Amino acid sequence: MTAHITAGPRQRRRRLDRRVIVPLTVVSALVGAVALSGCGQQRDESVFTVLNSSTDDSYHGWDAATLKRCSKQLGVTIEQQSVPAAQVMTKSLRMASSKSLPDIIQFDGSEMPTFAETGGLLDLKKLGVSTADIPQGILDYGSYKGTYYGAARTVNTLALFYNKDILDKAGLPVPTTWAEMQATAKQLTKKGSYGIALSAGGAEDGVYQFTPFMWSNGGDETDLDSPKVVEALDYWKGLIKDGSLSKSTVNWTQADVNDQFMAGNAAMMINGPWQVETLNTKKNLHWGIAQIPVPKAGEDSVGPLGGGMLTIPDVGDTAREKTSAKIVNCMTSEQEEVTYALNSWMIPANEKAAAVWRKKVPSLSSLADQVATARSRTAQLGSGWTSVSLALQSAFQSALTGQSSESALHHAQQRVESGN
Amino acid sequence: MSSTAASAPAAASGASAPVAVPAAKSPKPGSLKRRRTLAQWGFIAPAVIFMLLFFGYPLVRNVVMSFQHYTPSTFFTGEAPFNGLDNWKNVFQDDLFGKALWQTILFTIGSLIGQFCIGLALAVFFNRRFPLNGVLRSLILLPWLVPMVVSGVVWRRILDQDTGVLNSFLGLFGAGDTPWLSSTGMALISVIMVNIWIGIPFNMVILYGGLQEVPKEMYEAASLDGASAWRQFRSITLPLLKPVITVVLVLGFMSTVKILDLVLALTDGGPADSTQTLGTLTYQNSFAQLDFGAGAVVGNILILISAVFAVFYLRANRNEGK
Repeated sequence: MTAHITAGPRQRRRRLDRRVIVPLTVVSALVGAVALSGCGQQRDESVFTVLNSSTDDSYHGWDAATLKRCSKQLGVTIEQQSVPAAQVMTKSLRMASSKSLPDIIQFDGSEMPTFAETGGLLDLKKLGVSTADIPQGILDYGSYKGTYYGAARTVNTLALFYNKDILDKAGLPVPTTWAEMQATAKQLTKKGSYGIALSAGGAEDGVYQFTPFMWSNGGDETDLDSPKVVEALDYWKGLIKDGSLSKSTVNWTQADVNDQFMAGNAAMMINGPWQVETLNTKKNLHWGIAQIPVPKAGEDSVGPLGGGMLTIPDVGDTAREKTSAKIVNCMTSEQEEVTYALNSWMIPANEKAAAVWRKKVPSLSSLADQVATARSRTAQLGSGWTSVSLALQSAFQSALTGQSSESALHHAQQRVESGN
Repeated sequence: MSSTAASAPAAASGASAPVAVPAAKSPKPGSLKRRRTLAQWGFIAPAVIFMLLFFGYPLVRNVVMSFQHYTPSTFFTGEAPFNGLDNWKNVFQDDLFGKALWQTILFTIGSLIGQFCIGLALAVFFNRRFPLNGVLRSLILLPWLVPMVVSGVVWRRILDQDTGVLNSFLGLFGAGDTPWLSSTGMALISVIMVNIWIGIPFNMVILYGGLQEVPKEMYEAASLDGASAWRQFRSITLPLLKPVITVVLVLGFMSTVKILDLVLALTDGGPADSTQTLGTLTYQNSFAQLDFGAGAVVGNILILISAVFAVFYLRANRNEGK
């Protein structure tokens, strides 16, 4: 009798077993398969991908329009894949290790050398990307160790933005030298409103903003504790000491600086043309733009060159790479550059396109002048720029929060030399 | 009664036909057992595979990576030559590592003490019955629901030295110029304060749960004996809450020591590295410098520290089970 009674449940359990084992095995297999499927994707013959950082709605839209026109012209499908700017490098590296690199990657100028150093990028000249009418400075910007890897569509740099109403009301001209800027800023500083705003944050933003002061003064990233760099940093310290620059500058990104300027908390700011779209959303804000002031009258204002560049990674398929080069040529054609520059308020890389652009937006021509003398951050140090950048961030933040510029920069130079 | 008595044999006889089958084939129980073991493994397998793939593999990989010269080129060539203890030496020789380690310790201890004390005080407070108790308690949970990065960004605005709400408020009392995030001396303290704010709900909820388990009669008995509120707290609440306290502190420790997102959103490790922790240092080494070997070293140190406390946690849990 007992056997009879236990037999029922046991039999049921046996049926359950089969019912359970099969799905469980399937699930286990699926988990494994999903985990492995990241590797090795098959490329679609007629679909080309561009990896960029156009996560912003408007930028994504402009790029989509460009790619649509180029798709039509070349008879292929071009898709864009956008990731946040900080992830372009790591995403590309991951894709490289799984042999699924996109056909074109748009790198930031400061990152391209690092990727080029791995040997993963192709020589654009050899692939037939045109370099006609591109100024030497921008060609250098896209080159690493003499090879041209990156074609810029547009470039940008920093400039001095000023609030016309505030300056007019105080009857002050737009400053052109350090001394004038310091005096103007001091005069425009009132309770709750600062003369000038800039970003000295602990990231590439801050370093980017420090370079025009360092370079215009004759300083150099290879010698961080030289008197010229110390002087430039002391100038920043002076602005804080005067009270014309907020102490919070060490926490501000360039976007924060723009917010302060738009809110009327700053009469002038150092910033780039990528803020113009936002600035223009505030209709009652009348702003102007000028070159960043120089140490002494008559000197060149040397700003940093910025902007994305199109590179073609080695995907191991010559025919594909040739087509990618055609896509780059299309994206950097005069017509496309002007369109993109007008949308994004940046300056076309191509000289002819820049001339057309200047006529269309004369208010921004000082930006174009600034670009003419602008320098690439990585021209001298290549992939070594990152460690210099980190040391420099720490140094100017130390100096702005109390330490002497000299010892802060000395420490930074030591840090770079020791390789940490 | 009679109907059940009658139905029992009927059911038994009905079942007797299929039951005869396994009884006839004697080797069946063996295969049955095998099937059962198989089924048991089948249940465990997904979890084991998941753990191995998503925890085991990265863990082992990270340890191996810390002994390799792992650079961007590695992603193309797949070659990462072993370089012995070079990465470890480099990390230990870097001034920043010592600084980050010390700041991580301060951050962790400061956060834990703050979160725990305030969390416990609130838990005890809400353990009484009073109107709006539930509403207030759920309001205090809010910081927990907000993503860390969002809290970070909002607090960065609040703590801005010149335009922040906090300083404007303090300005009403004539003390509105505190450099919360813009001085090397204050920044770490401010980051700790924000983290305490974020951690209070977790501590409160768990401790509140623990308090509910403490029998109310004990307090009644104690007050009959004339014990003061403080005495009741010390001699009843704390001892009975001990297992819960251990769990809260150990879990809190493990989530605090590896802090990254909050610091990145608040200060980016600055000003002048004054808020760098081991978490941000790993991030900086791996994703800014692209020195994955050095990043792995710091990451391993963090894992090691957490592992030690995980053992404490398991022990505490085992003791509780007894």
